[in-house]
Amino acid sequence: MDQFTLNLIVVGATFALYIGIAIWARAGSTSEFYAAGRGVHPVLNGMATGADWMSAASFISMAGIISFGGYNTSAYLMGWTGGYVLLAMLLAPYLRKFGKFTVPEFIGDRFYSQTARTVAVICLITASLTYVIGQMTGVGVAFSRFLEVENTTGLLIGAAIVFFYAVIGGMKGITYTQVAQYVVLIIAYTIPAIFISLQLTGNPIPPLGLFSDAKSSGLPLLETLNGMLGDLGFTEYTKQTDTTLNMFLFTMSLMIGTAGLPHVIVRFFTVPKVSDARSSAGWALVFIALLYLTAPAVGAMARVNLIDTVYPNGTTEAPLAYEARPDWVKNWELTGLLGFDDKNGDGLINYVADKNANEFTVNNDIITLANPEIANLPGWVIALVAAGGLAAALSTAAGLLMAIASAVSHDLIKSQINPAISEKGELLAARVAMAVAIAVATYLGLNPPGFAAQTVALAFGLAAASIFPALMMGIFSKRINNKGAVAGMITGLVVTIVYIFLHKGWFFVASTASFSDADPMILSIKSTSFGAVGAILNFAVAYIVSNATEEPPVEIQELVESIRIPRGAGQAVDH
Amino acid sequence: MADNSENNAYWAANKRIIVISLVIWFICSFGFGILLRPMLAGIKIGGTDLGFWFAQQGSILVFLVLIFTYAIKMNKLDKEHGVDE
Repeated sequence: MDQFTLNLIVVGATFALYIGIAIWARAGSTSEFYAAGRGVHPVLNGMATGADWMSAASFISMAGIISFGGYNTSAYLMGWTGGYVLLAMLLAPYLRKFGKFTVPEFIGDRFYSQTARTVAVICLITASLTYVIGQMTGVGVAFSRFLEVENTTGLLIGAAIVFFYAVIGGMKGITYTQVAQYVVLIIAYTIPAIFISLQLTGNPIPPLGLFSDAKSSGLPLLETLNGMLGDLGFTEYTKQTDTTLNMFLFTMSLMIGTAGLPHVIVRFFTVPKVSDARSSAGWALVFIALLYLTAPAVGAMARVNLIDTVYPNGTTEAPLAYEARPDWVKNWELTGLLGFDDKNGDGLINYVADKNANEFTVNNDIITLANPEIANLPGWVIALVAAGGLAAALSTAAGLLMAIASAVSHDLIKSQINPAISEKGELLAARVAMAVAIAVATYLGLNPPGFAAQTVALAFGLAAASIFPALMMGIFSKRINNKGAVAGMITGLVVTIVYIFLHKGWFFVASTASFSDADPMILSIKSTSFGAVGAILNFAVAYIVSNATEEPPVEIQELVESIRIPRGAGQAVDH
Repeated sequence: MADNSENNAYWAANKRIIVISLVIWFICSFGFGILLRPMLAGIKIGGTDLGFWFAQQGSILVFLVLIFTYAIKMNKLDKEHGVDE
């Protein structure tokens, strides 16, 4: 059987599974549509959160980023996992007790302010929409590479599948499909890693293999890698080149951004009890950690394999002749993600740090996608990686679309435009909002704005600087009032956006940038790391303004008292 | 429903557990993984220094232990203060 047929069978089987789940998990009420009826088991919710959280970027790009960045990319590993500690302790249990459907709803009720709710809706839609564009393009790319269909056709097939289970099933359909998608993506990610770890170190567990001895040299793997990189003039893998200040703030921004992303927070509204929300955050991190502990091993080992391929006799000897390159190099050359330019005309692949002498360019994304081929794994593993990439992109897209649709139907239509709407009417509105959100996301995926890749910083910046502080203060302080919260959120939002625009260009038009991330405006703080600074300003402004103005009304203080106490969350199930 | 002072004691105990947990959270990620890494450079593990291990693996394992410990401690605290479900 050829590779194409295998890919088709494996991807087709996973899609049939998602559709089957969607038909089984139809949503009949707004509670089912927004919060899966609050009946999801905490372990299953943890799995769904894992799939929701791990996007095309985590699955396809992260190992490659680590592979070429070494220690400096640890911010991603710590940031995208450490946020769950904040979620479990500072947000999830209390928001579950609050017992409503959306993040803006909590902000609006707690700060008794439609302005606060609207600011939250704007942050949510901006963050989620920018994030979803990346997923849709990821779906298109995965389809076109593995199933040999046009990028556009691939994207439309993906959108149709999401449409089917998200519109019919709402949060309930999305949750149970995400559980299946998690299983597909984690198997697809770990199997090639296990084989490669075995080949290089003899240890079948990749995170242990990373710190074991390499079979080839008998020395520790990381020491071997540092030696190879040193020979070729690259920075040592374990060496820090970023400033400590920037690395600190970048890690912090990713952590509080993770905790403040609405599509992750709402996942904790689906469990039955407050105690389930706490343990579910732990389970979510277990399932996320399976991939995040594997990724640094994949990154380092792929770098070793890559250098070994180019320098079969060691890094001090002559590199491989271009004519003798292995098949996987030929395959990936066709995609343009891998390139060779024989600058000195010697017919050898000179892969070195010096940009003027280097002849070999490798795109980050290859590391995960070409892994099975580099390790000579059977065809069904390659098919599985295709299905895994699609599962990662589709599950995250569905979660984001859900957050957007419920913000529109619940926070705008039900709350501001037509409060008298019946439950049936709201359910219909939510489905229409979902359909429109999918159409918009598909359009943007087909015509991605030039700035698509830059906007991830924006999503995390907004979540970190605006949403996270507002939620935390709303729970941990009875003194923060409407004026303080609104002033704080707007300060965090504006300062962060302006800082990003000053470095990336206004509205991402590069020519209007006044500074660059190589030489930032304030100290060594890059625009991607500024969310943490925005958050600190948000906290400070909210505190000062609240203390200068009146206390929140008694009923708000009672609301805060009540969300701090777990008892009674189950009653909210039927509301 | 327990009275107000009971609820306040519960909340104070919760905050105490959170503060201790977040101190550990901070030391093991931002501390060992970034700020204190140069000081830990002498301690070797698997071909590299302890700081690198914390940044790429140790911190994540600590996060896992922290969340489950918090969940277990809070379940106990909920019962002690009669606010469990």
